[in-house]
Amino acid sequence: MKWGVVTFPGSNDDRDSLYCLERVLGQEAVPLWHKDRDLHGVEAIVLPGGFSYGDYLRCGAVARFSPVMSSVVAFARAGGPVLGMCNGFQILCESGLLPGALVRNRSLAFICEWVSVRVETTRTRFTARYAAGECLSLPIKHGEGCYVADEATLTALRDNDQIVFRYVNRAGEALDAANPNGAVQNIAGVTNANGNVVGLMPHPEHAVEALLGGEDGRRLFTSVFA
Amino acid sequence: MASIPVDLQLAHDHGLSTDEYDRLVRTLGRTPTFEELGVFSVMWSEHCSYKSSRRFLRRLPTTGPAILQGPGENAGIVDIGDGLAAVFKIESHNHPSFIEPYHGAATGVGGILRDVFTMGARPIASLNSLRFGAIEHPRTAQLLKGVVGGIGGYGNSVGVPTVGGEVYFNPGYNGNILVNAFTLGIAPADRIFRATAAGVGNPVIYVGSRTGRDGIHGASLLASREFDDKSEELRPAVQVGDPFTENVLIEACLALMRQDLIIGIQDMGAAGLTSSSVEMADRGQAGIVLDLDTVPTREAGITPYELLLSESQERMLIVAKEGCEEAVTNVFATWDLQAVVIGEVTDDGLFRTMWQGEEVVRIPVSALTSQAPAYERPAARPADLTAKQQLDLGTLPLPSDYAAVLTTLLTTPNLASKEWVYRQYDFLVGGNTVVQPGSDAAVMRLKGSDKGLGISVDCNSRYCALDPYRGAAIAVAESARNLAVSGARPVALSDCLNFGNPEKPEVMWQFVQAIDGMRAACEALEVAVVSGNVSFYNETDGQAIPPTPTVAMVGIVDTVTHHVTQWFKYPGDLVVLLGETHEELGASEYLATIHKQECGRPPRLDLEREKLLQQVCVRAARDGLFSSAHDVAEGGLAVALAEACISHPRQTLGARVTLTGDLRPDALLFGESQSRAIVSVRPADWDQLKALLHTHRLPFTVLGEVGGTDLEIAGYMKIATAALRRQWQTALAQQLTHE
Repeated sequence: MKWGVVTFPGSNDDRDSLYCLERVLGQEAVPLWHKDRDLHGVEAIVLPGGFSYGDYLRCGAVARFSPVMSSVVAFARAGGPVLGMCNGFQILCESGLLPGALVRNRSLAFICEWVSVRVETTRTRFTARYAAGECLSLPIKHGEGCYVADEATLTALRDNDQIVFRYVNRAGEALDAANPNGAVQNIAGVTNANGNVVGLMPHPEHAVEALLGGEDGRRLFTSVFA
Repeated sequence: MASIPVDLQLAHDHGLSTDEYDRLVRTLGRTPTFEELGVFSVMWSEHCSYKSSRRFLRRLPTTGPAILQGPGENAGIVDIGDGLAAVFKIESHNHPSFIEPYHGAATGVGGILRDVFTMGARPIASLNSLRFGAIEHPRTAQLLKGVVGGIGGYGNSVGVPTVGGEVYFNPGYNGNILVNAFTLGIAPADRIFRATAAGVGNPVIYVGSRTGRDGIHGASLLASREFDDKSEELRPAVQVGDPFTENVLIEACLALMRQDLIIGIQDMGAAGLTSSSVEMADRGQAGIVLDLDTVPTREAGITPYELLLSESQERMLIVAKEGCEEAVTNVFATWDLQAVVIGEVTDDGLFRTMWQGEEVVRIPVSALTSQAPAYERPAARPADLTAKQQLDLGTLPLPSDYAAVLTTLLTTPNLASKEWVYRQYDFLVGGNTVVQPGSDAAVMRLKGSDKGLGISVDCNSRYCALDPYRGAAIAVAESARNLAVSGARPVALSDCLNFGNPEKPEVMWQFVQAIDGMRAACEALEVAVVSGNVSFYNETDGQAIPPTPTVAMVGIVDTVTHHVTQWFKYPGDLVVLLGETHEELGASEYLATIHKQECGRPPRLDLEREKLLQQVCVRAARDGLFSSAHDVAEGGLAVALAEACISHPRQTLGARVTLTGDLRPDALLFGESQSRAIVSVRPADWDQLKALLHTHRLPFTVLGEVGGTDLEIAGYMKIATAALRRQWQTALAQQLTHE
């Protein structure tokens, strides 16, 4: 399967995503340049973590206007699988491909640590190989990962089964003490109505090798494989 | 334009002494221009010229079969095999961080990153070594939050993981904190770039951010002089960083270096355009001429003096091959960065700069480099040192509750978990971090190789204050030991020598003693010094910091899967002490925290024993015999055992041990004898490890075994590890928010 990983200036985890796809999972993966509207025939797209264009404005607010994003939006609207991790999630929200927004952590500090997240739905292109209710150990590393949405959006997300991951404790409970950034309802990731676009704050691409701390992130990618 | 007349008073205002100004006039054979005075003042500053330290730094061992580049370049380089080279350096950014903690620390990170990628290496990990005043001092919490915020703000955004470091608190830093930043990069061993200018007519190209008016005289007035109550006024001399520009600058420079377009490249760090062009010309034994009118600027009206001295960040200077200008420009244009030809290499040995058709600077390059002043300043042992080294154990009362002492030690800011700090750093980006912050050393994997690299940074400045020779030797030994217990073979180090005013004989004595102590340890442990930095004038109102020769060391893990972490893992494992405990409480954390005394001599260091311990640890790790291995350091055996129980990222284990020996119980539990490690080993592996220990004649004691939920030290304490872990984990944050 051919994957594309977008590089914006300021992207950081783009090379890690390429390494994950090519070297760890044995996929074909190509970098996609922010100035290039051509998606080079990829069948799935990753928007990586980092600080696109410096993120001196709101995170992802500049990236959504980049030439490549118009193609990514069209690709997603046509049903193509798109995964946004961390800054990629922020960009998906800014682009209107996913509902809600990400604001500063309630601690007002950047947080890097391994957290537990619970798989809330397996109906998306990226979670088909997990079991509903399964708990994963994934790292987070962000300063603006507090997911927010208005009541109507939250109701719609729940009714349409669009909440994909929640932060939980080791017993699998979505308690406030297990919420690292203050996200509403402990939400760590969401999907669109179709289930082909998924955004999450944790970094599954950093959880694909036992040597580096765990492999729980692998199936986000392998779920998409034909 | 009318030039500003130069006289002796103006030279003094620039930090030059009367003798130095006379020397300057003699060198030129005339009165300097205002611009020339600015150039001399930065290039002859302590920070750039190393005029007080140069002759002593030569005593350090700097070579070895694997050393590809020793001191004198932007960073040191070690051949690590498999066609790869490790490129690294540590550098101070102390005064800027005290005046403006966020940007001071941030630009410290930015500067050290440029020193590494300018040599062709992709930065893969950063460390930092931080020193603050007493935690209860009114400025400490704000300084710590600012510095940690700045390191994270820059490092996280630039995309290089911050994987470890150290943070210490001592009243000796109340008026002068230390921020030392280290970066490690990896380069192909046959594609190293150096900062040299050669080839008459080759273009000199400026890339990166435009030049503004920030950081002027950072090197001369900020870094090369003491603080006093007017230091706040120096805030404009602190630069402001832009990690986004650095991020794209790294990618553009590494892309440039994959092609064959350039002769040399250097970052514009301290003293900006001046030092980068002068140092490149010096290394290439050439001259350089710059047309200052072509330098990209942020605003109109910037003077040639300001252009020469600005320390605006994220700028690089390149000497390209003639005819390659357009290709170079194109590489940077891809990343929306500016690249402009601003001058060329000459053969006249002069540093010349033009401004509106006039030559405003004309100085022999050698006058600014090899012919710069160098001093052998007087050194004298501090008169009060002998008295401070006295410690009468006979009058020191024994504690009544050893469990309470252990809890107190583990919740002092010096020994408490630093999780509050490192969770603000992205320690994962790049996908190479095998051992994350919280163990003795960080371990990075190397993509495309089975090897890994261990990195550690250390210095106990209380030891150094009470015996700078022994303290500096221990800094080297402990850094190496941290690597060895992690399974890494120590190979080379970078040093950051932080001291007070070298014009004071007592400070100079501390410096020379520290150099000699480092040399002894480096020679015994066969570790070369490949890069570093000297930071003098760390004083406020005449009060010098404790001598702080920080050591950042790199070691090789031959098979990265054989790395070792410090925490216990399996109930039933044997707990074994490697090395011996002596009755040594001088300069200990126990003495300072429990008895409020900073006195006595630091523990003895037997370098032969140290080397033996490290060899055994590396060998045992390679053979897979350790479940865990942990250096015994501040707080002694009891703290090391507790850390092994509670520092695992995801679990807490207990242990039952018995300590034997006819020492005072507090020395047995909390003394800081050197060359020791606490290891745990599976019962099935014990015979093999025991044979290894016997073969190497390394003393050891089986203390007990891992298991249960308590740390039980027979006869002294039984303490629940889960509660202890919570206290240890939250202590630092609690003490900071109580401010």
